[in-house]
Amino acid sequence: MEKDQNNILDEVTNSEYKYGFFTDIEMDTAPVGLNEDTVRYISAKKNEPEWLLEFRLSAYRNWLTLTEPSWAHIHHPPIKYQDIIYYAAPKRKKELKSLDEVDPELIETFKKLGISLEEQKKLSGVAVDAVIDSVSVKTTFTDTLSKYGVIFCSFSDAVQNHPDLVKQYMGSVVPSNDNYFAALNSAVFSDGSFCYIPKGVRCPVELSTYFRINAANTGQFERTLIVADEGAYVSYMEGCTAPMRDENQLHAAIVEIVAMKDAEVKYSTVQNWYPGNKKGEGGIYNFVTKRGICKGSHSKISWTQVETGSAITWKYPSVVLMGDNSVGEFYSVAVTNNFQQADTGSKMIHIGRNTKSTIISKGISAGQSNNSYRGLVKVIKRAENSRNFSQCDSLLLGDKCGAHTYPYIKAENHSSIVEHEATTSKISDDQLFYCKQRGISTESAIGLIVNGYAKEVLQHLPMEFAVEAQKLLAISLEGSVG
Amino acid sequence: MLSIRNLKVSIKGKEILKGINLEVKAGEVHAIMGPNGTGKSTLAYVIAGREGYEVSEGEIIFKGRNILELSAEERACEGMFLGFQYPVEIPGVSITNFLRTAINEQRKYRGLDPVPATEFLARMEEKKQLLELQEKLASRSVNEGFSGGEKKKNEIFQMAMLEPSLAILDETDSGLDIDALRIVATGVNKLRRPDNATIVITHYQRLLEYIIPDVVHVLFDGRIVKSGGKDLALQLEEKGYEWIRNES
Amino acid sequence: MEAGIVQSIYDLKEYLTGVFAERQREITVHDTAFVAAKRARAFEWFSKAGFPHAALERWRGTDLSRVLSHEYQASPAPPSAELDIDSIFKCDVPHFETLLVTQLNGWYADRQNLIRVFPNGMIIGSLAAAFIKYPKLIEAHYGKYADDSSESLTALNTAMSQDGIFIYVPDNVTVEQNVQMVNITDFKQNLFLNTRNLVILGENSHLRLVQCDDSINHDITFINTVSEVKVGRNSTLDHYKLQNKDDHTTLINSMYFHQDEGSSVSTNGISLNGGLIRNLSHITMSGPHSSADVYGLYLMDRYQHIDNQVLINHAAPDCESRELFKGVLDDHASGVFNGHIKVHRDAQRTNAFQTNKNILLTDKASIDTKPFLEIYADDVKCSHGATIGQLDAEALFYIRSRGISEANAKILLMYAFVADVINKISIPELRQRMDDMVKKRLRGELSQCEQCVLNCSTHEHEKVEFKIDLSKI
Repeated sequence: MEKDQNNILDEVTNSEYKYGFFTDIEMDTAPVGLNEDTVRYISAKKNEPEWLLEFRLSAYRNWLTLTEPSWAHIHHPPIKYQDIIYYAAPKRKKELKSLDEVDPELIETFKKLGISLEEQKKLSGVAVDAVIDSVSVKTTFTDTLSKYGVIFCSFSDAVQNHPDLVKQYMGSVVPSNDNYFAALNSAVFSDGSFCYIPKGVRCPVELSTYFRINAANTGQFERTLIVADEGAYVSYMEGCTAPMRDENQLHAAIVEIVAMKDAEVKYSTVQNWYPGNKKGEGGIYNFVTKRGICKGSHSKISWTQVETGSAITWKYPSVVLMGDNSVGEFYSVAVTNNFQQADTGSKMIHIGRNTKSTIISKGISAGQSNNSYRGLVKVIKRAENSRNFSQCDSLLLGDKCGAHTYPYIKAENHSSIVEHEATTSKISDDQLFYCKQRGISTESAIGLIVNGYAKEVLQHLPMEFAVEAQKLLAISLEGSVG
Repeated sequence: MLSIRNLKVSIKGKEILKGINLEVKAGEVHAIMGPNGTGKSTLAYVIAGREGYEVSEGEIIFKGRNILELSAEERACEGMFLGFQYPVEIPGVSITNFLRTAINEQRKYRGLDPVPATEFLARMEEKKQLLELQEKLASRSVNEGFSGGEKKKNEIFQMAMLEPSLAILDETDSGLDIDALRIVATGVNKLRRPDNATIVITHYQRLLEYIIPDVVHVLFDGRIVKSGGKDLALQLEEKGYEWIRNES
Repeated sequence: MEAGIVQSIYDLKEYLTGVFAERQREITVHDTAFVAAKRARAFEWFSKAGFPHAALERWRGTDLSRVLSHEYQASPAPPSAELDIDSIFKCDVPHFETLLVTQLNGWYADRQNLIRVFPNGMIIGSLAAAFIKYPKLIEAHYGKYADDSSESLTALNTAMSQDGIFIYVPDNVTVEQNVQMVNITDFKQNLFLNTRNLVILGENSHLRLVQCDDSINHDITFINTVSEVKVGRNSTLDHYKLQNKDDHTTLINSMYFHQDEGSSVSTNGISLNGGLIRNLSHITMSGPHSSADVYGLYLMDRYQHIDNQVLINHAAPDCESRELFKGVLDDHASGVFNGHIKVHRDAQRTNAFQTNKNILLTDKASIDTKPFLEIYADDVKCSHGATIGQLDAEALFYIRSRGISEANAKILLMYAFVADVINKISIPELRQRMDDMVKKRLRGELSQCEQCVLNCSTHEHEKVEFKIDLSKI
């Protein structure tokens, strides 16, 4: 870890957004714009059963009645929903039998992303599902996993091969009319990942999905569904990148997690969508609905996120603590620089008895960015003896940025304890001078201090991710202090 | 090594240092003594390049070069080390990580490659023993939750790791019990070499029983009013600062 | 929301609109052109926005629909010139020397002397009278700090209030006496009242102000009070707000403080009873080196509802604010706390601290707390904390093991929980009285029927020895 940190610091000096390349792959795209025909087109392309088309259409109709939420601390020009391409897939020439048959350009893309499928497969023991412009390209490790009965595949494959599971759980955590962006996703989602861990199985490898937006003018609307049956365990990682483009691109995803009795799901995200340039032009609008439900008793869902990318981040990974004694966790580092805007946090809804939740959020704002924590902790009457602890800290770098904290806390019974703490501060001149006196440059000192500040969260990431996350933190703040 | 000529420094318009002259040669240990509020820490900070001080006159020549225009990190990379009177806490940053970053940045400045991990770890091990440091100290965050003594030992440990040509130790003895004081002093003595120099800033004579200075200066009201051998410290201890006040 | 309730909200708005139109001459009789213009614009705001509803961020958790569904009479007539205030109200806090200023049904009560000028230059009187007599002061301050555009009830107040209390303290005056403002309602029907106060402190002045709300009638009352307070350079204001209303009363108390350089404001609101109370403390620090202390204590039970809204605008550098709100909610009582600290760009070296602590005694009680920080400057130290919990079971056991009954042990702990807010009261007599009242309230002995919030003639009899040092537990 220490060693990696050092490499990271070396790299700090030489990179802007290094994932900003564009891969020229032949694409299959839907006509621009959104109407019922688009929805039908996507469904037909994916050869979906009737019930799924109906699900999409009803979501679309719901979407028409909803309005974009306006309560978040973000500002953007109106999104032109009719100018977006809602489906873009790399053209498949034929069924792929092995990795060798994958479009070489695509493999190149993944190599640039640092996730060569082959290497991943052989060395790290990480099973990877890569979603490029909404369509899952290749899922590695399927065979090994199937030995354990673990299903890990693209959402489309799941629809074809495990329709009952999909039908049972899809929309059960995030209903299709949950919010504006969830409805939009439910209508037009093109692919994503699906994961099912059967009873009593501890998934032997970390599962991972890489998301990449490649084509221009496309929106990405992927959907992830993770079901951990009784006593199952899985650790799931999600990474995201996108090319540098001048226009804004929309990303509206849904992640649903179901944890049955005694099950545990750990979901980690390193979100590094293109944040736009230093003038605030371009970048991804990231409107994501992530929610898990601790359905059974003693179940646990843990969200860890490192958010460094996107022009706008709007997401509140949540846990509905339904089962008695269930546990919800949220660990977040959100960095904003230049003109980025982030409004992110968590919701913990305590329904079961003796439920516990923890929220640790570290916001870092630099440049002219705005970084808001927004969260809800709700303890209902029957959730006796529940506990929440929230700690939301903000760090400000520079006097043009904003750091905001909007916690909502609601308690309805007298045996629960809810505690919330928040602080806002800047890196002290004393800390900077101390580092500089040891010969460390301002830039490195900030990288060091910021990583220290975020450590409490980073330590919850799987090893492979922690390294990348540390790197990203330093890079994202490059040039933020003069 | 270090040569300060007629240094005048003020903070927010108030003159703190009123013309300091100081010559430190390689291999020497100098002690700067004086009552509280006479400008001892200001002098240390100004030499190290802390911002917020107005230098109205004079120069600081370090290794033949006027360093007043250099930033704090450049001075550090040139071989200057300041042992802080109040070491700063940096939460979440381990000492190992902190030192490795510092050493590699200093090496980069000098055109050297980063120190190999094994070599770095070996050096850590060696210096830890020198200062009788606890095994786990290195994995703790920099100064976070350290006792006063641990903080000061950590300063000397960093000095040992960074191997500066000039170390300025600002009140390193304050807040130390007798055992810690002995360890710190032993560390400093072991690190003495013909090609480096040390300036010990202290309020009491006590530390100088362990670190024998070549020259003792008395700083009073922004000026060095008296310089002498190690006996001067003893005289001071005996007669108090009032004696200097009356003499000057 | 039921359609019927929406209908009644609409009705009350219609009714008030009717009153505003039909009795225009009566309402505007004391208006100068300046005041009239404010009134007209404010009415537009109110017409456009209507009554606040739960969908508004600042009204989440406080539902007015039930209290707005009643029929009210608005804009009562002024009291007769022969009114003897002493017959209605007498404050009997021992050794509590105050300069009493009373209001009856929103009107300045001393009809014989609408304006009093004191030897030190202080002016106290009817706001309506001040409109005409002190147009310069009015034009410099009236309607300048209250926020009609974002709080529709404030707009309604600007539009419909007819009178209230006017206090002016000139430069370099230290007011020795405590000034006590008492708002009494005595009306034989349901009453909808808009009262308006304006307090102006010049430079280097000092004032202690105690604001009491009290009612005599037992009919349904909706009081919408707006106070604007200007605190000039290097001046200090000590402000206390004591609320002990019956369960039929809705009290909307909106305070807008505007602070100049070097000034300090301390405001402490103690809410002991009331059907629905919403306190808004809106503080703007416009000059550097000012400080604001905002404290609150609420003890609610039955179906009572308390809402404390605090907005602190750090608009200048080097200012400091401290907030401490504590509450105990029993039975079906519900509470809302919304503390919003906003540090504006360039308000460097701001220190802002906020704490809200709550104890819920039953599973029917609820609390909704929103401690917000909104920060646009980097050299700041800000923190907030909020907790919701219950009495410490171990401490409870400890006290009981010393032979104290469970009920008394609970009271002891509750008292210990809220005592630090009471201890912020800097007027010793007032602090002693509040201390007594809080103890009585915790024992369930404090009646809201007592004439005055401070008029507790029944002798304090110690049931519980409060001298146990709780810090040792």
